[in-house]
Amino acid sequence: MLSSSAAAAPAKRRAPARVLPGFKITLGYTLMYLFLIVLIPLSALVFKTFTLTWDQFWAAVTGPRVMASYRLTFGASLIAALVNVVFGLLVAWVLVRYQFFGKKVVDALVDLPFALPTAVAGISLTALLAGNGWVGQYLEPMGIQLAFNPNGIVIALIFIGLPFVVRTVQPVLEDAEKELEEAATCLGASRWQTFTRVIFPSIAPALLTGFAMAFARGMGEYGSVIFIAGNMPMISEITPLIIIGKLEQYDYAGATAVATVMLVISFILLLVINGLQTWQRRHSGAPV
Amino acid sequence: MSSPIIRRAEAGTTEAAWVRYTLVGITLVFLFLFLVLPLAAVFAEAMRKGFDAYWEALKEPDAWSAICLTLITALIAVPLNLVFGVAAAWCIAKYEFKGKSVLTTLVDLPFSVSPVVAGLVYVLMFGAQGWFGPWLQEHDVKVIFAVPGIVLATVFVTFPFIARELIPLMQAQGNEEEQAAIVLGATGWQTFWYVTLPNIKWGLIYGVILCNARAMGEFGAVSVVSGHIRGQTNTMPLHVEILYNEYQSVAAFAVASLLALLALVTLVIKSVAEWRHEREMKAIGNLPPENVKAAPLDLSLKAAS
Repeated sequence: MLSSSAAAAPAKRRAPARVLPGFKITLGYTLMYLFLIVLIPLSALVFKTFTLTWDQFWAAVTGPRVMASYRLTFGASLIAALVNVVFGLLVAWVLVRYQFFGKKVVDALVDLPFALPTAVAGISLTALLAGNGWVGQYLEPMGIQLAFNPNGIVIALIFIGLPFVVRTVQPVLEDAEKELEEAATCLGASRWQTFTRVIFPSIAPALLTGFAMAFARGMGEYGSVIFIAGNMPMISEITPLIIIGKLEQYDYAGATAVATVMLVISFILLLVINGLQTWQRRHSGAPV
Repeated sequence: MSSPIIRRAEAGTTEAAWVRYTLVGITLVFLFLFLVLPLAAVFAEAMRKGFDAYWEALKEPDAWSAICLTLITALIAVPLNLVFGVAAAWCIAKYEFKGKSVLTTLVDLPFSVSPVVAGLVYVLMFGAQGWFGPWLQEHDVKVIFAVPGIVLATVFVTFPFIARELIPLMQAQGNEEEQAAIVLGATGWQTFWYVTLPNIKWGLIYGVILCNARAMGEFGAVSVVSGHIRGQTNTMPLHVEILYNEYQSVAAFAVASLLALLALVTLVIKSVAEWRHEREMKAIGNLPPENVKAAPLDLSLKAAS
């Protein structure tokens, strides 16, 4: 069964290449545009890096301030992505499984971080969490400071990353088959057992994909973070800000070196996300 | 008569009422804190000194030129990425070829590159010390610290939006309808215009407005290439930053409120497009494969139940 359908599929898919026109022109245009806008400019970064000697490069990317910024960017993105996994799953679950007043509005609002410019999110979160802000004024007497330190960075990254997790998990939950849960209940599983043993394994790949996307976005995020971070060297200075700082001092070589490190990290994350998505597709396709 | 049976069946696949209410409650509180409050804060801060101060801040010539530059940038970047998105989706979704998965990954690449790095690569290409820097200086063309650089950086950052929406949609729809059109004698262009486009229109609108929102709101990439010249190379987000750093809080939030408004409009259009698309998909799904006449009956039953 499986092998015959697998053999039939490529033949069926290959046929249109002969029928539908426009393959060469659209592929040609796509490649040209991709090279002009993305690949050639990115290669400029790589070539510029190769003009540095290894020692120069190493000194630029491992300076103490730069190392501190890697730790901060990585740590804050990781914490924010983990928080988003928990709350993203909760939001997706509630939106898919329960009915409540205003659900459609809430569903639409989840995309706000995609639509709201990052700079606006940055100044707004700062205004909220600063000592005289709506939220900050209650937290400060308790000794909790969420603005102008690494906590603020985590908050900004939670805001930025939330829709990634919700929007990857939501469709998988929607497609989940209720029959499996019914079967689990019939076999005597409690609701919690059904969730951990039946539902969770089926959404785990999507959850991991959403985590990776939120994490990747957090690593590169700039606009929302710089307003709330306070930007103190060694303490709350993120890696993209290091690049900007070096550029402002006309240290193009140093900026390029750090940017190359970031580009390599984003390449790796992109490949990981792609692998996860392929896994997710197979995972969801397998039981059928 | 059937209700107790249904209730018992549901009991196996849903949670106790208190669990449901708790989960919904936590979700709403979380979303209120993280989404509603920041949005409300923008408008509240903008109006803190009254409507007149708000209006004054928006009437300022620098703010006005920032608005114009943002609109121009989006007007160039979005159509460019629209044409690319449709072309890329057509060749990726409709055909099989070697290296297709590599191409799909590369289309996604700008999503995962930090905006600051995106700005930097254009500085390395067109900046004074860049590849084309000397040539551009000779011919007195300014790209970096000028409008072309801003547009290029914006195009880079918004590059995948429309393609990303269209590729899965067109893959799911398959080729049958287009093939039928071609076999019936339609040209390629007619096929696209009358068959493909109506099928993908909601996805296309969705992609375009998300692309537009990002194009108007981009900060990191544009900040690297713009040079922050007031009244000349300041887009709205950059203008917000300058005002904010000058402690002109009301003015900063006034300009920011326009961007927040843009975000709200984006969400509304997005939701409408989504609901329309869903309804159309449902209507198609409800059509019995052969007996098309039965469709209205089927739909009305669905609506009644």
